[in-house]
Amino acid sequence: MTIVDPGAAAAAPPAATGGDAPTTDDLGEARPLRADVWRRFRRNKLAMVGLVFILLLLLAAIFAPLITPYDITDRTQSFRAPPSSEHWFGTDAIGRDVYSRVIFGARVSLRIGILATVLSLLIGVSLGAIAGFFSGWSDTVISRIIDVFLAIPYIVLAVAIATVFGKSENSVILVLGLTGWLAMARIVRSSFLSLKNLEYVEAAHALGFSRARIMFRHILPNALQPIIVYGTIAVGSAILAEAALSYLSVGPQDPTPAWGLMVSQGKGLLSNAPHLLFFPGAAIFLTVLAFVFVGDGLRDALDPKLK
Amino acid sequence: MVDAPAPAPAPGLTDKDVLLSMRHLRAGFPTDDGFVRAVDGVSFDVVRGEVLAIVGESGSGKSVTAMSILGLQPTLEVAEGEILWKGTDLLTMSEEQRRAVRGKEIAMIFQDPLTALNPVHSVGRQIGEMARIHEGLNKKQSFERAVEMLDLVGIPEARKRASMFPHEFSGGMRQRAMIAMAITCKPDLLIADEPTTALDVTVQAQVLEVLVGIKDEIDSAIILITHDLGVVAGLAHRVMVMYAGRPIETGTTSEIFYETRHPYTLGLLASLPRLDDVGDEPLVPIVGSPPSLIRKPTGCSFHPRCRFAHVPGNCETDDPNLRLVAGDSHMAACHYAEDLADVSIDSLRSSIDIAADTELADLEVAAAIYLPEDEPEEDAVVADVAVAEGAAHPGVTDRAEGGFDEWPGSGHGPGDGEVNR
Amino acid sequence: MTSYIIRRLLLIIPTVFLALSFLFFLFFLLPGDPASLLAGGENRVVDPGVVERINDRYGLDDPILVQFKDYWARTVQWDLGESFLNRRSVNDILGEKAVNSLRLGIWAIIIEIIVGISVGILSAIRRYSIGDRLTTILTAAASAVPVFVLGFVLQYLFAVQPNKQGWPDWARLRTSGLGPDTWTLFFIPTGEQWRYLILPAVTLACVSTALAARMTRGSMLEVLRADYMRTAKAKGLSERSVVVKHGLRNAMLPVVTLIGIDFGTVIGAAILTETTFSWPGLGSEIANAVSARDLPVLLGLTLAVVIAYALINLVVDVSYAFFDPRIRLGKGGQS
Repeated sequence: MTIVDPGAAAAAPPAATGGDAPTTDDLGEARPLRADVWRRFRRNKLAMVGLVFILLLLLAAIFAPLITPYDITDRTQSFRAPPSSEHWFGTDAIGRDVYSRVIFGARVSLRIGILATVLSLLIGVSLGAIAGFFSGWSDTVISRIIDVFLAIPYIVLAVAIATVFGKSENSVILVLGLTGWLAMARIVRSSFLSLKNLEYVEAAHALGFSRARIMFRHILPNALQPIIVYGTIAVGSAILAEAALSYLSVGPQDPTPAWGLMVSQGKGLLSNAPHLLFFPGAAIFLTVLAFVFVGDGLRDALDPKLK
Repeated sequence: MVDAPAPAPAPGLTDKDVLLSMRHLRAGFPTDDGFVRAVDGVSFDVVRGEVLAIVGESGSGKSVTAMSILGLQPTLEVAEGEILWKGTDLLTMSEEQRRAVRGKEIAMIFQDPLTALNPVHSVGRQIGEMARIHEGLNKKQSFERAVEMLDLVGIPEARKRASMFPHEFSGGMRQRAMIAMAITCKPDLLIADEPTTALDVTVQAQVLEVLVGIKDEIDSAIILITHDLGVVAGLAHRVMVMYAGRPIETGTTSEIFYETRHPYTLGLLASLPRLDDVGDEPLVPIVGSPPSLIRKPTGCSFHPRCRFAHVPGNCETDDPNLRLVAGDSHMAACHYAEDLADVSIDSLRSSIDIAADTELADLEVAAAIYLPEDEPEEDAVVADVAVAEGAAHPGVTDRAEGGFDEWPGSGHGPGDGEVNR
Repeated sequence: MTSYIIRRLLLIIPTVFLALSFLFFLFFLLPGDPASLLAGGENRVVDPGVVERINDRYGLDDPILVQFKDYWARTVQWDLGESFLNRRSVNDILGEKAVNSLRLGIWAIIIEIIVGISVGILSAIRRYSIGDRLTTILTAAASAVPVFVLGFVLQYLFAVQPNKQGWPDWARLRTSGLGPDTWTLFFIPTGEQWRYLILPAVTLACVSTALAARMTRGSMLEVLRADYMRTAKAKGLSERSVVVKHGLRNAMLPVVTLIGIDFGTVIGAAILTETTFSWPGLGSEIANAVSARDLPVLLGLTLAVVIAYALINLVVDVSYAFFDPRIRLGKGGQS
């Protein structure tokens, strides 16, 4: 019987662990690596379609002047004309090219959607982290504030605030940011609440790390998953909300080609010029839908259980 | 790789006493990374009234093997083999026939009674359901039967308890309730999947006692799945040790414990702390981790971690079959099983210098298991089976704590909230 | 349990107080002077004497804190005041509009429950089938479509086009207004009423139904993977029994909660649908009040909605606790 002689083996060091080491959540399950996530996301056809659409939209927004034959305020002589080779989406009541306006409208929607979401994230993540991590007083206060705001029907709140701030793109961003942080804060709070009880946090504490450091360097990375998913979906929600607000005429005003505003402008013309409603309406719909698909795809890709 | 013939039943028993006979079962789960060979050539028999322990680490395939008997995993693909229950192959039965067997002739006790019991039904109702399905009892009668069963497993105030819900029971009582549920129709075979793993040590003993008592009471055979050798010692007649989806040693309990003939089993036994340890004896681990069930090592699956492996030699090229190595029915899958007759656990423990050994051994193990281009997947094995099987514990959504608002589900999408009404 | 309910009821009071006070101060900041608006509107030259009388009447000149105090003093007695615009009692307006919103909302919820839940369950059971994939896309689409766009599309398809093509009257649906306001059993439309009800109800139901379907599917999928389902199968139950007897009740818990909360939303916050179809409910009234700066109406209606919301949430929470023994009986599990 021979025992393997440790000295005799020509041992090569083990290959380095690629990517990020898996982390465990409190259920003790392995979390997927970044490459894994992307691979799973890629396989979701709907999510990929959504992603492509959003990228195209972004490009269209950035290069709008290059791909539109008219400017948003250019007036032609044809009023309320149906789609034609000259005006792909037709013209509106005062002769403007609808196609060009819809493309420029992408700028409005994307800008508002993204900035509003960034704002909600900043406020929501900070407050949620504080509430979840420190608990006690700060938690009670923040949770109560959230409850009070949630007690008011969202759209009433949004319309009211929007009316106060005046009708412009920036005020819509502010409104959406100031109302959108609520849900994000809740999610982050619950994440922190459950994560802070994990042992490695205790260990970090015992090692003398400052609380801020623990919060940001140790807990936050693990709470990132729902934040990313929700953040993505939130852009879609913000765009939808912006469309609703501009439809109700409390958003940017004419001549800004906000999609929602364009829909409301076509309101009385449903029988004569339905194209005025449908094209901007379809733009809103497809954009939001793309975000839904991407959000779903992200969620499925990040959660290994949901096969 | 050639399979060993199915082990013959112990002498003195006729074929009639063999209740369950698994023959060369090969089954697994297709995943994106490849086919997980969870059960890779398993054969064993269970005789009426005996307790067979199936022992192994996580990922050895023991649970999958057990659950394949009742066909409880829809995603499991069976490549070959048969599972004969009283002569008929369970794998080729119609679903209806199988349903008649489940619960009535073969019953299962699961690992975590908290998640294995339905949280919204009372315990009595769940136990009584067995009688209702298989014996046609009505609601009242089945409730009475449930009370009877709870009493049988030693739960005090059985009548009161029967109307209570699973989360109102303590861990040990819950497991007893599960046992009560399993024996309601007096099955011929009980499959207990890690029945004590989720319990405290003191409670474990109680539950095992219940199992022993029950077995005698209703005269059923038990397949006991566990990774805890201590549980095996007091309860089992025969033991089958599994590794990487295959049995690597089988025999009576005393043969396995006192006349170990496989390095892996030896390692398992040596790693147990003993009551008579003074206190500074180092524990003797088995270095390395279980192999990936998708890309198993060449030759013997255990050789990368084996202290006695002949490397270079046939250990890394030829996969040993399960063969008779001692007595009438003691089998082991090792080329050098006979050599182990000279090795005792004590001598093993004292001869090893852990500190120096482990580090280098780990490196060797790593080099042997992983091909140069591979990245070691730390939780690969467990993740393989668990993820592939799709087993999961449902979260308890406690709305009172704001749990309901959580994603996933679909509570958060653009149309949610109130912006789109 | 009862103490929980009482605690929640008590909590509603400060929440409502804070919420409405916030709105009160917010509206105070609204640009535009209500008095001038009332006196003549945005573009006309206003007679200062009229403005002064209006200010006097409504105390609009008083310092804000005084107005605040007066407002709450009256509100606590449920004196919601009169509309700035037409002097009607806000209570009357509330009653009238709430009823309309209620009727529309009830139908939206009925559709949501029947269609949403069944689609969700079927989709979960037949996972990965063509039906399921199709449903996933459809529900995603239905949850993403802006209601006002959907409203117009439906209007175009069922009213405008038929009109243009000259369909007979009996085949056409209506797109605006309440209609004859004929009902039986409070919410069942009679006579021609359904023509006016159906399009707004379907539009309103669309997003809710999609969400209910998605949530049901998600919840069902999670339940289907649960250990206790495997136990039920091990006991010898048929696939169908396992799903129906063991799965459904667990799966429905979060769905019931969703629907409950949605009930509040479709009744109190269906602004977009109501304005698109000119359905005279709470939503359109609030929208008008905001643009007209009609504060009593705005605050009064919002107050009613906020209170209704809070109560509905409470009922939902209590019933959830009722259906889920884990919550009803507290965290048992003694060792």
